[in-house]
Amino acid sequence: MRGSLFLALLALFGSGVVFAQSGAPNAESSTFGTSGPDKVSTGLRQRIDGCIACHGPYGQGGGSGGYAPRIGGKPAGYLYHQLQNFRDGYRAYPLMTWMVQYLPDAYMKEIAQYFARQNPPPPQPQVPMASQAALNLGRRLVMAGDPKHGVPACVACHGAALMGVRPDVPGLIGLSNDYISAQLGAFKQNIRRTQAPNCMHEITSRLDGAEIGAVAAWLSAQAVPPGAKPQAAGSIKFPLRCGSIDGNG
Amino acid sequence: MRRKIFRGVVVLAVLGLIFVFWAVWMSGVFHRTLPENLQTGDNEPAARAVATPGAWKEPQFASVIARGEYLARAGDCVACHTARGGEPYAGGLATPTPFGTLYSPNITPDRQYGIGDWSEQDFWRAMHDGIAPGNRLLYPVFPFTHFTKISRSDVDAIFAYLRSLPPAAKPNHPNEMPFPYNQRSTLVFWRALFFRPGQFQPDPEQSAEWNRGAYLVEGLGHCGMCHSAYNALGAVDPNAQLAGGLIPVQNWYAPALNSSNELGLGAWTDDELAQYLKTGVSVRGATYGPMSDVVFHSLQYLSDPDLQAIAVYLRSQPERASPSNKQRLEVSPQLAAELVQQGKQIYVNHCAACHQLDGRGSGLQYPPLAGNPSIAMQPGTNAIRMVLLGGFQPGTKGNPRPYSMPPFGQLLDDHDVAAVVSYIRQAWGNNAPAVSPAVVTRFRQVPVE
Repeated sequence: MRGSLFLALLALFGSGVVFAQSGAPNAESSTFGTSGPDKVSTGLRQRIDGCIACHGPYGQGGGSGGYAPRIGGKPAGYLYHQLQNFRDGYRAYPLMTWMVQYLPDAYMKEIAQYFARQNPPPPQPQVPMASQAALNLGRRLVMAGDPKHGVPACVACHGAALMGVRPDVPGLIGLSNDYISAQLGAFKQNIRRTQAPNCMHEITSRLDGAEIGAVAAWLSAQAVPPGAKPQAAGSIKFPLRCGSIDGNG
Repeated sequence: MRRKIFRGVVVLAVLGLIFVFWAVWMSGVFHRTLPENLQTGDNEPAARAVATPGAWKEPQFASVIARGEYLARAGDCVACHTARGGEPYAGGLATPTPFGTLYSPNITPDRQYGIGDWSEQDFWRAMHDGIAPGNRLLYPVFPFTHFTKISRSDVDAIFAYLRSLPPAAKPNHPNEMPFPYNQRSTLVFWRALFFRPGQFQPDPEQSAEWNRGAYLVEGLGHCGMCHSAYNALGAVDPNAQLAGGLIPVQNWYAPALNSSNELGLGAWTDDELAQYLKTGVSVRGATYGPMSDVVFHSLQYLSDPDLQAIAVYLRSQPERASPSNKQRLEVSPQLAAELVQQGKQIYVNHCAACHQLDGRGSGLQYPPLAGNPSIAMQPGTNAIRMVLLGGFQPGTKGNPRPYSMPPFGQLLDDHDVAAVVSYIRQAWGNNAPAVSPAVVTRFRQVPVE
């Protein structure tokens, strides 16, 4: 039942792209693709049913309760590092660790590139469950940071449109309030780790719970602009060193 | 009367003392001399490579190191002696047991935290006798009960390889064992009852290939550590080796390797079994859970002749009636019938696209469920978990872009999972009892450490 609802929604979003969920499991031909023919993705779609079950065929996110994040269109380097981090225990979500723990690096990279290439339909922004004052606070922190406490603006690293920067910085729009606040909290508690230095830990340790809630509420209420993409590599000078950014850690 | 009691106490005390002496003697703590054929031979390259601490660096020993690496792979040392995301062989992985949680030690050549100060004799004694320097008795979670069968030359080669690793300055994590299990001295009793140092005894009636397989399965491979049932004292009855068992605490069922009711290896071909061990996939099914771990870290690196030898040996195991054949009924016949009926529709909706309506799966991508022992074995733990968790086949050199199954735990409730598992356990000639929704509840937790 829920499956067919899911299909109906997809058909609605589908914009004419053929989506063969279960048609011919052995067919090695890629029956859908949003960026033209691509040899790497040949046959991958059928192999990653385990990913698609929660994150959707375009990486649009969803799963039960909508917690599984939108990964489609996020930069490939970022996605690749997350798969490794789940495998290595740097991120604590047991089901993800379970899924990826015996995957070779090359395959992780291929999966990351697959989702990075996707261009999922823009999700409906969430209706914020926060006061106007909290939303104002969230907006201010995202756009301008809190220089007094050494908190850089989100846009300083995640791009002016907050859609991320290739290859390693993720976009922040199109994610649920629950997901964002859980991640910021996990960074703060050092449960979500990266290669050292863990800059997100440094930043979130300077935020209190209310500020984290405000940032998550404001970000999750923003609409993904149609056709939005991560910024080009090298288009940003990062204000601090992050182990998660190759070549800058 | 009082005198009788006194006499009884004395007799008991004497008997107790005799038992303690017997146990201490039998535990082998005081046996220091080795049978001649197990002592270091001076001409043996592996022995010369470990005779002095730096010797392994000499170019002439490169092949010994390579052999040691291969043997360490065959023994899957890395799987237990590496924490998630940690440096290889630096230890720290938790192994929960019914007696407490043990943490694997650092076995890199770090002199402070690892085994950098061990001599080749120390390493041999740990592997062969389960006793570390200082007469420290090792817990049998370290499979010395199997490793005791490894030849001296192979143990030396493994030691040479471990010495060649970069030292990791990682302190060992203390074990978390409650009293009395935190007292290593209590192990003298366990050892007296359940352990005799030994050697691999080749069977002259069998082929060299069979004997090589036996050496790998019973010794280095320590397959029986999972594929056997444990008694209340954490030991395996020699007659129950490879007869299948529930892995304690982890609650994965490791099927019997000698019963047609379970893995039914007799029905496989040697090639199918060797392919399964090497790549994690076969037309008869794919590995999952702890077996994927073994394939990923160990078996995929073994040579084809060694995998064939393992297959030949395993498939020659005498058929035994598995003790787990008892068909315990978890639900009433009425509920069972209901579950199976509801399960059929769930199967059609969610499973048939890959596993096919007739349950025969498709190629190496989608394992068959009809006649697949993982589905029908008792208890139904593994099938329940696979429906809840899904997962990827292990990514191996022979299957580098594995297929995957969605986790259905978020889509299906306990009743639905019990229904579809009950259905596949009884469809297409499978013949296993229905499973209870209450059991599904118990297995929702994701088993990663």
